[in-house]
Amino acid sequence: MSRAKIPYVPPEERAFPDLDSGKYLVMWQGPNHPGITGNMSLRLVIEGDSVVDCETHVGYLHRGFEKLMERRLWMQNFPLVCRIAVPEPDFNEYCYAAALEELAGIEIPEKAVWLRTLSLEMIRLASFLMWIGGQAGAFGHGTIAQWSVTMRDYVLDLFEELSGGRIYHMYIIPGGVRADVPPGFLRHVLETMTVVEQNLKDIELVMFHNAVMKMRAVGLGYIPRDWVERYGITGPNARAAGVRRDLRKDRGYLAYPRLSFEPVVGTESDAFERARLRLAEMFQAIDLIRQIVDALPAEGAFRERLPNPLHWRIPAGETYVSAECTRGEYGFYVVSDGGDKPRRVAVRGPSYTHAVSVMERLVRGVNIADVAGLMVSLHTYPPEIER
Amino acid sequence: MRELAEKLAGRYGAREWRDQRRDLSSVTVDAQRMRDVLTWLRDEEGYVHLAFATAVDEIERKAFRLTYAVHNHGTGHGLLVHCEIDRERPVMESIHRLWGQAWTYQREMKEWYGIDFPGSPRVDEEFVLEGWEGPPMMRRDFDSLAYSDATYAERPGRETRDPAAYMKEKLYPEADA
Repeated sequence: MSRAKIPYVPPEERAFPDLDSGKYLVMWQGPNHPGITGNMSLRLVIEGDSVVDCETHVGYLHRGFEKLMERRLWMQNFPLVCRIAVPEPDFNEYCYAAALEELAGIEIPEKAVWLRTLSLEMIRLASFLMWIGGQAGAFGHGTIAQWSVTMRDYVLDLFEELSGGRIYHMYIIPGGVRADVPPGFLRHVLETMTVVEQNLKDIELVMFHNAVMKMRAVGLGYIPRDWVERYGITGPNARAAGVRRDLRKDRGYLAYPRLSFEPVVGTESDAFERARLRLAEMFQAIDLIRQIVDALPAEGAFRERLPNPLHWRIPAGETYVSAECTRGEYGFYVVSDGGDKPRRVAVRGPSYTHAVSVMERLVRGVNIADVAGLMVSLHTYPPEIER
Repeated sequence: MRELAEKLAGRYGAREWRDQRRDLSSVTVDAQRMRDVLTWLRDEEGYVHLAFATAVDEIERKAFRLTYAVHNHGTGHGLLVHCEIDRERPVMESIHRLWGQAWTYQREMKEWYGIDFPGSPRVDEEFVLEGWEGPPMMRRDFDSLAYSDATYAERPGRETRDPAAYMKEKLYPEADA
């Protein structure tokens, strides 16, 4: 039985209310609003305190990445790609590097496989820690945001130790990774995981056994199961609807086939279920990081030697490489014409569908006070739409 | 995947099938048959997931190459379905009734490449380029650097370097010119 507390509206049916009737109010939420994820606007049409229509407006952070990349050498694009998604730049680095390696026929060393997997799981945890603060804050629990952002900072400390950068790491490069782990790093990782895990248990107690959270999030933003294919929904938003899909399992890239884990799947498909599922994936990320630390080869090369990047020409061809980021399927479509610059790079971010097509429909009938909570529950990130 | 390639060739005249990886192939069809091909792939062959749709400007051939990336969750196989349309009069059939998010990709292609998708919802509305008056910015004959130089004034006190030359000078001074 559906837990939706708003009536189901068929996706194609849009209200188009008569704005001259005096019954409605048009209100913009964003681009500067504490309940908006990133720089994005929702044009809401309100009747009473309920939303009857919504349009998502993006473009406030359009930086022309895809155009810029066509003008720059393959290697020069590295400082660009990570900036497409601030909370988790490493997925951009991985997808771009893996696409180049595939087109150029480069095999990366075993140690680089494990270090890339470690980097991706660490940033998954950091990104979820940022998200859970936003989700709790949208439902009135500001303290949790302070805890989780502190924990995220501890993970960023690890990135600083590993790569020299806290936000943008540029750690995953074609041929492998930029550096080996520094002395003592793996011990620091395990110590940090212990601290973060304990804090997550506290967050679970405070947030998920909380009457206010349950009253506001249960039934909010229910995604019917058949929307998953209809709208191309991926990641936790799809898994919370009962769809057992996770690219780490399904595609089996990097070291994931050698790690022990099962995709977390939900049943209820509302904001509460999505939050609960992401919390479970945070614990899962900690477990995966521990497994990777145990399995990481002590010796061996961490990158292949590449041709001179100033004269590096990638053979003509095309590919699409995707990875499971915190929000779902993240991918790079790369086309080479055999030259020293990309012919075309297109970024596929999961927010493209979650924040536009899905958000516009889910928000109808929702109380304006819950719009922010609903939006964060979809874990959208506008810059990956705008690129 | 050979069986799928043969079916596509027999039913829709698909050509240039290429296996990029074990789980990724590409194929080219005529633009007029694209919607039929995608409908058949979705309804009969299990390619229910539209990952993305985008265009590549093949300016030398005076064409746009459109790419629709679909995925079959059951087999784990992805397919890049291509077609080419005339660059001078770029019009393509809309697939917004096949997938609920397709209209957004079409709106993007209209704004970025000037490709029209008649009937696609809000296809003429601005997407990410609010107030943009230049030509479609992703076309290869649009020079973003020249546009920027002509449109915006340099802030005094800044030194501008060519990124490629600067990288060579700083990082690889020994590299050949």
